[in-house]
Amino acid sequence: MALAADPMAPIAARVARVRRELKDVWTIDIEVGSGGFPFAPGQFNMLYSFGVGEAAISISGDPARPNTLVHTVRAVGKVSGALTRLKPGEFVGLRGPFGAGWPIDVAVGSDVVLVAGGLGLAPLRPALYRLLATRENYGRIVLLCGARSPRDILFRIELERWRRRLDIDIEVTVDHAAPDWRGNVGVVTTLIGRAAFDRHHTVAMVCGPEIMMRFAASELVNAGVSDEAIYLSMERNMKCAIGHCGHCQFGGDFICKDGPVLTYRHLRDRLARSEI
Amino acid sequence: MMEGMEAIVREHRFFADLDDDFVKLIAGCARNVRFNAGDYLFRAGEPANEFYLLRHGRVALDIAVPGRGMITIETVSAGEIVGVSWLLPPYRWDHDTRAVELVRAIGMDAKCLRQKCDADHDVGYEMMLRFVPILVDRLRALRLQLLDVYGTHG
Ligand SMILES: Cc1cc2nc3c(=O)[nH]c(=O)nc-3n(C[C@H](O)[C@H](O)[C@H](O)COP(=O)(O)OP(=O)(O)OC[C@H]3O[C@@H](n4cnc5c(N)ncnc54)[C@H](O)[C@@H]3O)c2cc1C
Ligand code: FES
Repeated sequence: MALAADPMAPIAARVARVRRELKDVWTIDIEVGSGGFPFAPGQFNMLYSFGVGEAAISISGDPARPNTLVHTVRAVGKVSGALTRLKPGEFVGLRGPFGAGWPIDVAVGSDVVLVAGGLGLAPLRPALYRLLATRENYGRIVLLCGARSPRDILFRIELERWRRRLDIDIEVTVDHAAPDWRGNVGVVTTLIGRAAFDRHHTVAMVCGPEIMMRFAASELVNAGVSDEAIYLSMERNMKCAIGHCGHCQFGGDFICKDGPVLTYRHLRDRLARSEI
Repeated sequence: MMEGMEAIVREHRFFADLDDDFVKLIAGCARNVRFNAGDYLFRAGEPANEFYLLRHGRVALDIAVPGRGMITIETVSAGEIVGVSWLLPPYRWDHDTRAVELVRAIGMDAKCLRQKCDADHDVGYEMMLRFVPILVDRLRALRLQLLDVYGTHG
């Protein structure tokens, strides 16, 4: 699919499939035709629900399969709610892809630790697909996932499938559970100290609620990972997504253009100040 | 037998790099224990007479929540420690601790260790240096857990 010449003008794209992941989370497959829609893991699109409005949504599908564009959406309000109610065959407005993605190339030769909290696994999934497709380029690959409770674990079937591979370490934890849960209970940051990776040669990619990312980054630093090797995916309200309107400004950065993925070294001081 | 215990104590992460004399002293309060899946290491309300350094397996810390039944609030895995209530009066557990799977652990006689800490403050100080970071880590994790970050704003 050719992108519109004007990055502000959405293209109408057909919804191919919608599936419910969790109580309030749906995954939407969008057909983009034979030309595909190349994107880098960690990039996002602006999805427009006609007559309702537009929202920034990360791409959650496989970059090696660019003919189907996959997004995973939590219904939190007007636009996200409308997106999750789309039916196959209906149209959605699409512009993108936008932003700087995960440091897949920077991580070549290193161990890679992915830390996902809640829906944060969705923007990290394309990175994992890419890492696994070129597995030989990396040292250990560790995926640490946190969710609120066992029934809030995103992409559970896929996690179980990945877990059967011998070349990736996956740990899942939930904040609380009923006693019949046999897995870990505790916040996702508690998994960091227990994970095995070479702290001198590790690139960490962290995605989730901002406060969780802050705690995870400081735990990674405690574990010996340098703050310039820790990457976080930031969220700010977006309008234009191309660095014009200033809506997504975070200190000196426009998250849509300079981010959403930025290093902890770059973000650290600002993250602790809630007013930014 | 005693020497075997010293070797086991020394292998546990919690006692890493501990002085030989200290290891000997501490091993005198230690014993090997085993729990099958579903066994309780201890129950809420019981006196905190023994705490555990897990060598294998995972345990769940359960609390009864009125109207919701039992809730698991934390799991602890091999290499970690279970039980801090033995450190301070009234020396009583405030939660159940249950083996989720086969658990092998070092059981530390809390009274024995408290007496050794009282008798030799160097031992006591060394123990505190090792326990305080665990308490701080747990406090930090608890803060994040309290924020319930994956709620509607997750
Ligand atoms: C770069 C980027 C990538 C994103 N990727 C995804 C994604 O992959 N999937 C996804 O579901 N969302 C994603 N978001 C968030 C998404 O853009 C917002 O949830 C959406 O814009 C909310 O619009 P709305 O009209 O539905 O809700 P609004 O009507 O704007 O808000 C309704 C309520 O939801 C709250 N809210 C707003 N945003 C969020 C949020 N991010 N999380 C929780 N609560 C929120 C508001 O405070 C308000 O209380 C991303 C955002 C950015 C900036
Ligand atoms: S959304 Fe307009 S500048 Fe980023």
